[in-house]
Amino acid sequence: MTALATQSKTVNPSTSLRASLKYKTKLYWPLTKPLQSGLLLATGLAGYMSARCPIFSMGTLLGLAGSLFLAIAGSTVLNMWWDRDIDAKMGRTKKRPTSSGQVTEREVLRLGLILSILGVGWAVAIGASFGLIVFAGLFFDVVIYSMWLKRRTCWGIVWGGISGAMPILAGRALGLGSIDWIGLTLALGVLFWIPTHTLTFSMKFEKDYADACVPTFPSTYGLGVTRATIAISSVLAALMMVIAGYGIGMTWGFLRLLGVLSAGLLMLAVTVTFNPSERVNFSLFKYASIYMLAAMILVVLEVI
Amino acid sequence: MKLTSSDRILLLFTALLASYQVAVGMDGFSALPIIAYTTGFGVLLIAALLIFILGFDVLDSPIVVIVSTVIPLTLSLGLVWQHFASFRISYLVFAITSFLAVALTRSIPMQNKLPVITIAVTHGIAGMTIFLLPIILSIQGLTKPLFSLVGAGGALIGIGGLLLSFLKTGRPILSRNTIMRLFPSLLLVTTALFVAGFKYG
Repeated sequence: MTALATQSKTVNPSTSLRASLKYKTKLYWPLTKPLQSGLLLATGLAGYMSARCPIFSMGTLLGLAGSLFLAIAGSTVLNMWWDRDIDAKMGRTKKRPTSSGQVTEREVLRLGLILSILGVGWAVAIGASFGLIVFAGLFFDVVIYSMWLKRRTCWGIVWGGISGAMPILAGRALGLGSIDWIGLTLALGVLFWIPTHTLTFSMKFEKDYADACVPTFPSTYGLGVTRATIAISSVLAALMMVIAGYGIGMTWGFLRLLGVLSAGLLMLAVTVTFNPSERVNFSLFKYASIYMLAAMILVVLEVI
Repeated sequence: MKLTSSDRILLLFTALLASYQVAVGMDGFSALPIIAYTTGFGVLLIAALLIFILGFDVLDSPIVVIVSTVIPLTLSLGLVWQHFASFRISYLVFAITSFLAVALTRSIPMQNKLPVITIAVTHGIAGMTIFLLPIILSIQGLTKPLFSLVGAGGALIGIGGLLLSFLKTGRPILSRNTIMRLFPSLLLVTTALFVAGFKYG
């Protein structure tokens, strides 16, 4: 009996540590919004590949992926920490670990800061301009968008959009060594794509945002203006991606495919404007993600 | 009726194959066939993606009948333009007129049989062109034998188009559930036959 007790004392701490780590990872992982972070990471990698670097370095590519993921995940966690009070009021987000009390505020803040510092630090170590753009993305997202503007004006999403456009610009700048018009056009493509994504979301969860007193386009300007904004931003996003594709030197075949995918985006945006329904809104929201991922894959395939 | 995981996989592969055809499957073609095939395969691609996102309910939209005529019309137009130079203009006129006729008869409420006849004639002629032309060309040795796969794809898409169209017009040939169960496989096999036919034919 004594021997058994001793054995359990020596085994249990490591087992419980493992279990605790597993439990914490399970709680922390959703805080990074893996799908959204993954999509932004994909834009960063595509931006880098689009530069057609003469010397391909796996180390740089891994550094780019690692630092970007940490910085994006860090800013997402910090946003969740800052928005924990409004998340608790919204049906869609009230079950998040930050608002349901599964993790403490302190540990979320600590996690966000650690990820952000590691991500930006690693990015600066890879390249000064790359690090600066990654830091700008994080700063725009956490400080300008979440802390300053999100609860004051619906136009805050523009700054959220600018921060979302930073990974692709950073990737391109790292590959090229400077910022060029193609990088800026790719960034504009992502910037204009983001309202297509976020505004359809704010229409779908309009009541949630109203409950949390967060100003949105639908609550400020009405659904008609929001739908028109989505349509215009979709047109501009598609236009920017096609111009950037042409600038990168995409073959006609790939440009054709990009054109077909863009036509699908425009068709849905027009349908949302003139024949709106919950279903069409949802399909535009989903299609916009597929569109951006497909556009990024095309940029990468073109280079390979 | 909900999409199963295997339906989603089939639709994803359909979208990938259609993407391949649009991106690299038309090298060396002249302008009009490229436009026609890009439109046809583009509609296939977007349709597969929308069904993937929204499920089979998207097929209940009244616009499906109109859109489903675009695929056979554009593919048959591309084939005629490439291989039947003497019929180019007349077939182009037929394609445009048929599309407008289908759009018009589906947009204006009508009590007579005109909408059904218009769809049947359009799908019939376009479908038979896609089915017969590649087979005849390959039998005559004007193209490689595998070009006849395009014809097989044409037969399948013709069947699919008619099943959907008659379902929409309220005179279903098969039950809705059966059509939906078959649809993702039909779409994938059709696209695969087209892509293989154009690549190896």
